[in-house]
Amino acid sequence: MSVLSMKNIFKSFQNLDVLKDISLEVSEGEVVAVIGPSGSGKSTLLRCATFLESVDAGQVAYLGEAVDFRKKASIQRAKGCFGLVFQNFNLFPHYSVLKNIMDAPVTVQKRNKSEVYQQAIQLLDKLGLADRTDAYPCQLSGGQQQRVSIARALAMNPKILFFDEPTSALDPELTGEVLKVIRSLAREHMTMVIVTHEMAFAREVADRVIFMDGGIIVEEGTPKEVFDQPRQERTRQFLRNYSGL
Amino acid sequence: MIVSAIDVDKLMLMAQQMSQGVATTLSLFILTLLFAMPLGLLVSFGRMSKNVIVRNVTKFYISVMRGTPLMLQLLVVYFGPYLLFGITISPSYRFPAAVISFSINYAAYFAEIYRSGIESMPAGQYEAANVLGYGKGQTFFKIIFPQVVKRILPSVTNEIITLVKDTSLAFAIAVLEVFTIAKQIASAQTSMVPYVAAGIFYYLFNYLVAFIMERVERKLNYYH
Ligand SMILES: Nc1ncnc2c1ncn2[C@@H]1O[C@H](COP(=O)(O)OP(=O)(O)OP(=O)(O)O)[C@@H](O)[C@H]1O
Ligand SMILES: [Mg+2]
Repeated sequence: MSVLSMKNIFKSFQNLDVLKDISLEVSEGEVVAVIGPSGSGKSTLLRCATFLESVDAGQVAYLGEAVDFRKKASIQRAKGCFGLVFQNFNLFPHYSVLKNIMDAPVTVQKRNKSEVYQQAIQLLDKLGLADRTDAYPCQLSGGQQQRVSIARALAMNPKILFFDEPTSALDPELTGEVLKVIRSLAREHMTMVIVTHEMAFAREVADRVIFMDGGIIVEEGTPKEVFDQPRQERTRQFLRNYSGL
Repeated sequence: MIVSAIDVDKLMLMAQQMSQGVATTLSLFILTLLFAMPLGLLVSFGRMSKNVIVRNVTKFYISVMRGTPLMLQLLVVYFGPYLLFGITISPSYRFPAAVISFSINYAAYFAEIYRSGIESMPAGQYEAANVLGYGKGQTFFKIIFPQVVKRILPSVTNEIITLVKDTSLAFAIAVLEVFTIAKQIASAQTSMVPYVAAGIFYYLFNYLVAFIMERVERKLNYYH
């Protein structure tokens, strides 16, 4: 079943065409890695999928239901389907770890507080943060903050989770703990779209790899196909910068 | 002995008159904050509005409030009804006129402080809230505003301290606040004492303001 379907998406800023006729289908349980050089439009693609940017043309559908961008209710319904993990976490600094995770499920989804609390505790436990429930974001390391932000997204019970370079803002020694969490989510067949510069990780965790350049999808396939036998010269050129694969 | 008895009487009377002034100054101060702080938020919304007309009208309002003397604004608000519409003004309008002038004037200053705080918030906070499904109002009042308060607290403290001293401008329309009364007693008794007393009052008042605001700041120091 298709969780996300983007069809013929166009997006430009002023006179800069950033997405040129991009189509992307993600089915349930699938892990898609998006790679590509800086400025190729990866973040913009995620921002269009999560309605942080409006598309100029094209269609976005969640769980088979096309989003009608003129209708607030349609957008709000679709928002309930996805979560987004930012490069720089964007945790709410004035909320404790627990409140960061619980607030949206309680105020936005109007769920029962004690049920949300149970879930939050479980998530924190699973993400290795059981002892940090009362801490504030500023008291946590980058890796811990990113894990909290993943827990915050998961607490909304999304059908699909987007990651925009989840480890790029972290010190190298902290990327491991975040990648570990994403890896375990992949094992549980969480549907995910991950924009990343961690090629080894993309190869390991993704069912499908998408290579973007200049606002188009240049090549896509299994990690083996894209990394070992890239058909496009541009893909080969890009991958040459990442040795040791 | 007789002389000192008269002095004591004088002092008692002075203290009594001054304490009435203190009550008036305090009410003027509290009412002004009560009106100006929320009004300032509204004005800052207008200042940041997408609507060009609303934005420019608010901008003009702010520039007039900040660009002309508060004393002049007091006189306009107090005498305006008479000079413009021929409405007879009673002395009981003095205090309300002072509250109105101070409120609309301080609202302009608060608006600019709020705006600077709101505009300093990183876009990521709005985006995170947006993706989580918070509505516009929820995003502002739950996520943005509490953080703005922390950021603008030092500027707000400055503004409040200035207000304490500015209440003395109400003497221009003969509101019986501390300064007006001090001035009356001083000229009646040809004495410096009332001025000294008034000075001590304003100083202690602001000392208290600074103390409270420092407490509040420390209370918000649990995150950064
Ligand atoms: N809000 C915006 N206004 C104007 N230009 C923008 C905006 N957002 C992105 N761009 C431009 O669009 C292009 C694609 O940006 P995008 O952030 O999607 O690239 P990216 O593939 O995520 O790059 P990186 O790997 O560096 O994160 C860039 O040239 C960028 O400067
Ligand atoms: Mg990016």
